[in-house]
Amino acid sequence: MFKTNQIMKLIPFLFVLPIALFTVTSCSNDDDNTPEPVNEEEVITTLTATMVAEGSTVTLRTQDLDGDGPNAPVVTVSGNFQANTTYVGGIVVLNETEDPAENITSEVLEEAIEHQFFHLVGTGLDATTTYGDFDDNGDPLGVTFTLETGAASTGTLTIVLRHEPKKPNDGTLADAGGETDIRADFNITIE
Amino acid sequence: MRFILLLTLLCSGFWAMAQSCDFTLNGTVIDLHDGTPLSGATVIVAGTEEAVLTDFDGSFTLGGLCDETYSLQISHPECSTRGFSVRVNENTTRTFRLEHHLESLDEVMITAQGYRTKVETLAENTIDLETIERQSNASLGDVLNTLSGVSTFSTGNAVVKPVINGLHSSRVTIINNGVRMEDQEWGAEHAPNIDVNTANSISVLKGASALQYSGDAIGGIVIAEPRAVPLSDSLFGKTIASFSSNGRGGSLTSQLTKSSGDGWFTTLQGSLKRYGDFEAPGYVLSNTGLSERAISLRVGLNKISYGFEGYYSFFSNTIGILRASHLGGAGDQVAAIESDEPLVIEPFTYEIDRPKQEVTHHTARFSGFKQIEGFGKIDAQYNFQYNQRFEFDIRRGDDADKPSVDLQLTTHRADVNMLWNERENTSVKAGITGMWQNNFADPDTGVRRLIPDYDEYNLGVYAIGEYEVSPQWTLELGGRFDYTFMDVDKFYRTSFWEARGYDEEFPELVVGEFGNQILTNPQLTFNNLSATAGTAYRFGNGLSILANYSFASRAPNPSELFSEGLHHSASRIELGDLRFTSEQAQKITLTLQRTSVGITFAVNPYVNFIEDFILIEPTGIRQTIRGNFQVWEYRQTAARLVGLDVDAQTGLTDWLDYQFQFSIVKGNDVDRERPLINMPPPRLRNGVSGSFLKEGQLRLGLQSEYVFRQNEFPNNNFEVFLPEQENDVLVDISTPPDAYHLIHFNGSYAFSIGSNSTAQVGLDVMNVFNTEYRDYLNRLRFYADDQGRNILLSLKINY
Repeated sequence: MFKTNQIMKLIPFLFVLPIALFTVTSCSNDDDNTPEPVNEEEVITTLTATMVAEGSTVTLRTQDLDGDGPNAPVVTVSGNFQANTTYVGGIVVLNETEDPAENITSEVLEEAIEHQFFHLVGTGLDATTTYGDFDDNGDPLGVTFTLETGAASTGTLTIVLRHEPKKPNDGTLADAGGETDIRADFNITIE
Repeated sequence: MRFILLLTLLCSGFWAMAQSCDFTLNGTVIDLHDGTPLSGATVIVAGTEEAVLTDFDGSFTLGGLCDETYSLQISHPECSTRGFSVRVNENTTRTFRLEHHLESLDEVMITAQGYRTKVETLAENTIDLETIERQSNASLGDVLNTLSGVSTFSTGNAVVKPVINGLHSSRVTIINNGVRMEDQEWGAEHAPNIDVNTANSISVLKGASALQYSGDAIGGIVIAEPRAVPLSDSLFGKTIASFSSNGRGGSLTSQLTKSSGDGWFTTLQGSLKRYGDFEAPGYVLSNTGLSERAISLRVGLNKISYGFEGYYSFFSNTIGILRASHLGGAGDQVAAIESDEPLVIEPFTYEIDRPKQEVTHHTARFSGFKQIEGFGKIDAQYNFQYNQRFEFDIRRGDDADKPSVDLQLTTHRADVNMLWNERENTSVKAGITGMWQNNFADPDTGVRRLIPDYDEYNLGVYAIGEYEVSPQWTLELGGRFDYTFMDVDKFYRTSFWEARGYDEEFPELVVGEFGNQILTNPQLTFNNLSATAGTAYRFGNGLSILANYSFASRAPNPSELFSEGLHHSASRIELGDLRFTSEQAQKITLTLQRTSVGITFAVNPYVNFIEDFILIEPTGIRQTIRGNFQVWEYRQTAARLVGLDVDAQTGLTDWLDYQFQFSIVKGNDVDRERPLINMPPPRLRNGVSGSFLKEGQLRLGLQSEYVFRQNEFPNNNFEVFLPEQENDVLVDISTPPDAYHLIHFNGSYAFSIGSNSTAQVGLDVMNVFNTEYRDYLNRLRFYADDQGRNILLSLKINY
């Protein structure tokens, strides 16, 4: 079919093929099409729980602007709680990566059946929490809640928002399942 | 036991001597496919080592035979060597069928031709067709696991990666039908996209010395080769169907080849697999189902002096990932480790729900070769690969149906190779390869890209020379150079960019700012040199000694360079490093082996020194607003791997064989003076297999597999604060699981159906005693036991 000397003449051209693939592609790709950033949806950066009682207001706040980046959330507690007092709490969650900040609380209220806040009192802290609002099925939601303090003590108040938990549940995270949208541990003092 | 066997042997010998030995065996050796007689075949009688050649009609005669069963080994230059056993109690006439193999393989295997021996001075472990067919339902990783020195790194039971002498992923190059696989092999949970049923043989080279394929295979090279097509008019095929009790599913594979005497050939092959949830001894492994489809077509012309081929293959699978492995944060990890059982166990189902992977891989290849008189051979190929990978996690709300990972990897490659073998004792192969690869990460996932968009360009040249000093003594020398350029568009979190000090080191890379992210354009260049030198000496009687040195360098992969953020499917934050340089490995391998009949063995010690070895291990915990997550960081270190692989086989009697395998590797982080993470524990295999009935149609085998506990591991445990318990809890992610011992049984019975077809039924039982175990190199070992007993029924028909 081919004569050997014809083939021999073709050989140098064959070797050019891989080089051509390499050079043509690397030169022709001027890369003007810069990719678009991915802004993760349903991101929550900030949770604020404002606890109000007669003559005392305590603000609990956690803020993490870089999501899973290296900066840890900044957790602040504005002051101490008074003993034997009933505080009424309201939670606001925001996405502050957008400008103006997006209020996620309204989304939670709209999809109340798919969400639940948990307000967990750690051992050592003398306090109890009660749900202040409920979804359409009458199951707890927890955007508003009350915290009843007992004797002077210190400990952790953990606030967790779960997406698609089992509802109703026994009030523990383990039973509720679902996905954690936000979790904040506040070290508080009752005096 | 040995003593009794020996005694039996001796007795049978005396008994045989006492008899009249005057029977003859008249045999004919023919081609399995078209029945043509094979002249010049060598027939060796095991034991006496008496040998005869077949005549022009393929016939031979053996005289002076006694009343007993003889083992014959028949070989022919163009066929695979086969063993037969023949019962002689009168003058006997028999026909022996051999499969046309090697010679036609050399003619048809276009690019592989001339490279039949990939490396002369490095031992090659090969899995033959019989073993592949017996595991036609298994993954490539599981099939390779039957070789010494090869273990698996897995995510559950379906995502299985081969580990060669302790190394895996980007350090193992896989060549499938002449094409270097580009299927996102960097990820620990990315299994090779290969259907084992396309292969006629799968070879493993435990080292980087096969420089014609790649220069960066620090672990080794896996080469899967398709079936040879005979140069004659024939139509043949096979179908294998199997059913597994575990997973309650099965596999079906078929292959049909049409060949003609003028050189044209067509092979069509397809496979289907479908399984539901697999089961551990105590419970269902929920959401571990599997669905796989593959189809391939080869069409070509093969004249002896030239030929060409077109090849296309499609591979697609959906793999469920154990539901209980989906975690929220480090607290869930603690709960999962403390629980003996998976935290989610549902009833058995065929449904594959999230979390799951969906992968498709297309390969197209065009190749041709030409023998050149007075020179040697030249071949060229172009191949195209497209790999689409989706990973679905459990997501909530509007995103529930969206994938978390959506990567499209496109690769073009062109190779030209030449072989110069004019001088009798010298041959040189040389070649050049060019590659362009593009990765596109679809932003519609709503999850930050795990692997950034990039273009990669590669140009490689190599030359390998082989010189036969004497018929016994071979020397080999080779070198390769690879130039790699990567043009990357990567979004970093500004906080990470600054925390790493990149803002001071690489300010020029920043292209734009988007809220709390910045877009960067790293352009990376890697110049990698590889080399090999080796010698082989053959003493005769099949005994030889091989020594091989290889120097290999590997550019860091995109995952090692650019990982930065939460890897949802692993529930951990993974961090790469932009500053990584190429890994450089120097491996010395010695092999003492005997390959002839009788006791065959291979003893294979090696040492591998790797500079700038890239590893990933847990480094702590990171607080985020969604809770605490484990952090796994890549880092570079000096590593030293020392190991030994031993293989041995011997016939205990003329119908019973014994197999032995032992592998051990010790990996050390030299910089930190501690063991490397995820090194395979020592493994010991013992097996017996016997052939029974006429012609050895019934085969039974029993294997014992003992995997030691890995006692050498780094302590990467960390503490996490659990508010529920008001204290810090130790998360033990380091301690390896206990040793385990599994027993496997296999049996098969072969018979003829019609004049041209044969069939074989098989019954295999894996993990006969339903032993509970967990494997150190299974990433899901924290959450669930490995698979329990599996009864596999199979039917194979050759036609």
